[in-house]
Amino acid sequence: MQQQSALYNVVLHLGDNALILGHRISEWCGHGPVLEQDIALTNIALDLIGQSRSYLDYAGKLSGKNLTEDDLAYKRDVLDFKNLLLTEQLNEDFAITMARQFYFDVWHQLALQQLQHSKDETLRDIAIKSLKEVTYHTRFSSEWVIRLGDGTEESKQRMQEAIEDMWMWTGEMFEQTPEEKELVEQGIYFDAPALKDAWTARIKEVLDEATLTMPTDEWMQTGGKSGVHTEYLGFILAEMQFLPRAYPDATW
Amino acid sequence: MVATETRIQQAWQVLNAVEDPEIPVVSIVDLGIVRQVFVQENTLQVHITPTYSGCPATQVIEDMVIDALNAANMHPFQVKTVLSPAWSTNFLTDEGKQKLEAYGIAPPAEDSVDKLALMGEEKQIACPLCKSTDTKMVSQFGSTPCKAHFKCNDCLEPFDYFKCLV
Repeated sequence: MQQQSALYNVVLHLGDNALILGHRISEWCGHGPVLEQDIALTNIALDLIGQSRSYLDYAGKLSGKNLTEDDLAYKRDVLDFKNLLLTEQLNEDFAITMARQFYFDVWHQLALQQLQHSKDETLRDIAIKSLKEVTYHTRFSSEWVIRLGDGTEESKQRMQEAIEDMWMWTGEMFEQTPEEKELVEQGIYFDAPALKDAWTARIKEVLDEATLTMPTDEWMQTGGKSGVHTEYLGFILAEMQFLPRAYPDATW
Repeated sequence: MVATETRIQQAWQVLNAVEDPEIPVVSIVDLGIVRQVFVQENTLQVHITPTYSGCPATQVIEDMVIDALNAANMHPFQVKTVLSPAWSTNFLTDEGKQKLEAYGIAPPAEDSVDKLALMGEEKQIACPLCKSTDTKMVSQFGSTPCKAHFKCNDCLEPFDYFKCLV
């Protein structure tokens, strides 16, 4: 495995988060509980996939091997993806999808708020642009958690189970490698551990309004940035990468 | 050799005639997609910016700009997509907003972020058809990334709202 630059790795992390989550949400297309939410979910997926293009395009340039966004999206295997494990989790039902989205969006918004001041111009520009869209995502997922939590008996039960099921995937969001720490000190990257308090406070605020019980801390599963993924990523990639792998000469 | 000033003016005219592929009543200039037009070492530089990150029209618009500049014989030119400054609905011209409304799409309400996504309490958006302000947001996300879905409680017609992105 060649030595990759620290910047390349974090840009891939950001791009892969958006790509995998975007793909996951897109699985709702045509299966939404009501048309308006089907459209809302696919809009969010589209925003994320658009953002991942910007990151992967930049990563391609950083790779030193003249890679394109498509090379990175469609030709890497599981071990080379660096997304958070949270983004790989199954859609299952609308409650799980909203819990996953809510935990991710709050983190994503906080991370982008820091990244918009990055000394790296490209990261800074992508962050400024993405933040406008992610602000809408965060509103959407937070409000659905509230509506479902403070809803019917069934929606409350499903939402409570969902926020508890997704909790073990959230610890990973606040980890930091020594490489990343250096990038933070250089003013290039956001400080993930420093986001934890603000994130937790915001989660609690929404869960309180949703009349849900905050999950208690437990074992946190991690490994995404080292390429140690859940069993789901293989299946996601098999579907997402099938066409370019089966028809390598295909063009639009 | 055409004077630089004239060349830039011409370019703006050409660009003003490039219709948005999704909303053909407005031009990409009305939408604030064209950010800069200047001449550098004799080459006409046109900078455009994508609206939403995932906007599927972005590539089409770039192709249309190249076609239009080719057809108007504006060589030598270069079209560049820039991410900064990030596109905002504040870039919409007043003319663009009027054209949107006439077409049946409620233009973005003045300069402030749309409030809650689901819980009502939206600022009052006027129905582009009957002009009533008794309207309701059905979803913050509509038929395209840039639009939200509204319903008029008066005339009962659904309509699109061009979302504030600031």
